[in-house]
Amino acid sequence: MAYIVRRVLTAIPVLWIVSIIVFLLIHLIPGNPAQVILGQDATPTAIAALTAQLGLNKPLPIQYIQWLGQVLQGNLGKSLLDGESVNHLIMQRLPVTVELAVCTILVALLIAFPMGILAAVFRGKWLDVTALFSATVGIAVPPFWIGILFLLLFTVRVHWFPSSGYVPIWQNPLQNLQSMVLPAVATGIREAAVLMRMLRGALLDVLDMDFIRTARAKGMSGYGVIIHHALKNALIPVITTGGLQIAGLLGGLVITETIFSLPGFGSLLVQSVFSRDYTTVQGTALIAAVAVVLVNLVVDVLYSVVDPRIQLGGRSA
Amino acid sequence: MAQVEITHSELHSETRLLRKNRWRHLRKNVSLWTGAILVAMVIIIAIFAPWLTPFSPIQLNYSAILQAPNATHWFGTDELGRDVLTRVFFGARTSMEVSIGSVVISLVIGIPVGLLSGFYRGIVDEWLVMRVVDAIQAFPFLILSLVLAAMLGPGIRNATFAIAVGYIPVFVRTVRGQVLLEMEKEYIQSARALGARDWRIMLRHVFPNITTPLIIQATLAVASGIVAEASLSYLGLGAQPPTPSWGSMLHTAQGYLTEAPWLAIVPGIAIAVAVLGFNLLGDGLQIWLDPRKRRS
Repeated sequence: MAYIVRRVLTAIPVLWIVSIIVFLLIHLIPGNPAQVILGQDATPTAIAALTAQLGLNKPLPIQYIQWLGQVLQGNLGKSLLDGESVNHLIMQRLPVTVELAVCTILVALLIAFPMGILAAVFRGKWLDVTALFSATVGIAVPPFWIGILFLLLFTVRVHWFPSSGYVPIWQNPLQNLQSMVLPAVATGIREAAVLMRMLRGALLDVLDMDFIRTARAKGMSGYGVIIHHALKNALIPVITTGGLQIAGLLGGLVITETIFSLPGFGSLLVQSVFSRDYTTVQGTALIAAVAVVLVNLVVDVLYSVVDPRIQLGGRSA
Repeated sequence: MAQVEITHSELHSETRLLRKNRWRHLRKNVSLWTGAILVAMVIIIAIFAPWLTPFSPIQLNYSAILQAPNATHWFGTDELGRDVLTRVFFGARTSMEVSIGSVVISLVIGIPVGLLSGFYRGIVDEWLVMRVVDAIQAFPFLILSLVLAAMLGPGIRNATFAIAVGYIPVFVRTVRGQVLLEMEKEYIQSARALGARDWRIMLRHVFPNITTPLIIQATLAVASGIVAEASLSYLGLGAQPPTPSWGSMLHTAQGYLTEAPWLAIVPGIAIAVAVLGFNLLGDGLQIWLDPRKRRS
């Protein structure tokens, strides 16, 4: 329990610094942000009005406190483009990204588990070498290139999947799935490669342990040992590192959503970057970082529940 | 107690055996060699691009628009009649400039911060440096680079800086972690007892002993820098036209998938080969320099 409390407490200053970074983003814009947002032809009156609207005429600490006060009340501000609430924009887009992330993780698990187990069982054999080679290539090939190749093969050449056009799952589940398959596989291949390498490594570590030797000596089959004994123990490091992969996955989805024209969180970020809608950019960046901090927190807490050694280590440190 | 004496020739043969062993491992290290060859290839192409092709990467040629691969243009031409292979060669320059540049910037900042933070520890280390590191790492790498590049404005220089910011915490963490390990060792205490100054201990004793993980980390960072640069350029925030970049070439290719599918092939292969090279080199160095990794 003490570990969990301490872990939650360390997340607070991190979230606070995240808020400072996000707040300062708008001040990275060279020159007057209001001028940049409105463009070269803006009148001085319009610039002054926007400067006042954004609160940029006040001292920096005051601006920060006011902004943080709003954020803490759950208000991420209004879009500079059409005055719509940033919260609303994000909530509209988030389900698409969550669905895509879940599909991607499913694809990754479906590829990584069989390959990782087979590679560990047949360590050093051609199957292992092939699996490792595929994983090495899978990590190197950028998901957005795979996405473009998929578009080329499956939508331009054979018309199996639509090139764009997202349908919400509650409107038409089949069409929704069709629009998710290619992006999920394109992003999932890389995640699968990382997971597979990790699972293989963790399994090999466990397979060298005494209790496995005992299970084998008692006549258990190779797969039986893996499924009943090794996998359970190898899963702990895999789940932790898998949880940490979420941050990378969120970043990767930005490009995937853009390529497949999916109206998700990532494409909202890209669109707001190009329309100079900086409040939306700030809002999305903040939500992404907070999501990562919370996922890491949950993973760490779960890890400490599953593996009591973590708590002991934490206490002695 | 019987005294063990090691003769000069025994010591000599022991050293020779160690060296032989090291060389044997080095020869067997397929990752290292394949990685080194691929990386050398990409760097040579980046440096000697103008001498490797008769075409210009930016000169428009309206009489050769969207030509399929042929004897003159081996991988075809793009929508402005430029040779695809030539642009891929010059794209290697952009890619290496940004990825290596961003790693160098983050090393220049990350090493001193990590060294000082790990050496002196205390409140500043625990509650400022490490929490800032955590906060920066909370942002998904690509989202951070994207947002920074967007705020600073598009272009190679800003993209390099935007990517570098994402790496700084990685290097601070690596250096700090290694410094903490080294500080526990006896030679540091001996140096202290002999009255060595802090900066001397840091630079002459600690730093030389932490370079191995840094080199490995830096090599792997270049690999993800290549993907980050390509991603930013794909989105239009990296290299600006007409500067060739693998990412922006893929962006253009997506608009011509029906008429000119060849545009999507070579830039992607280039990214994959470059990333594979640096990843393999990093893995190979790790296997070579860290004997614990040899087992698997």
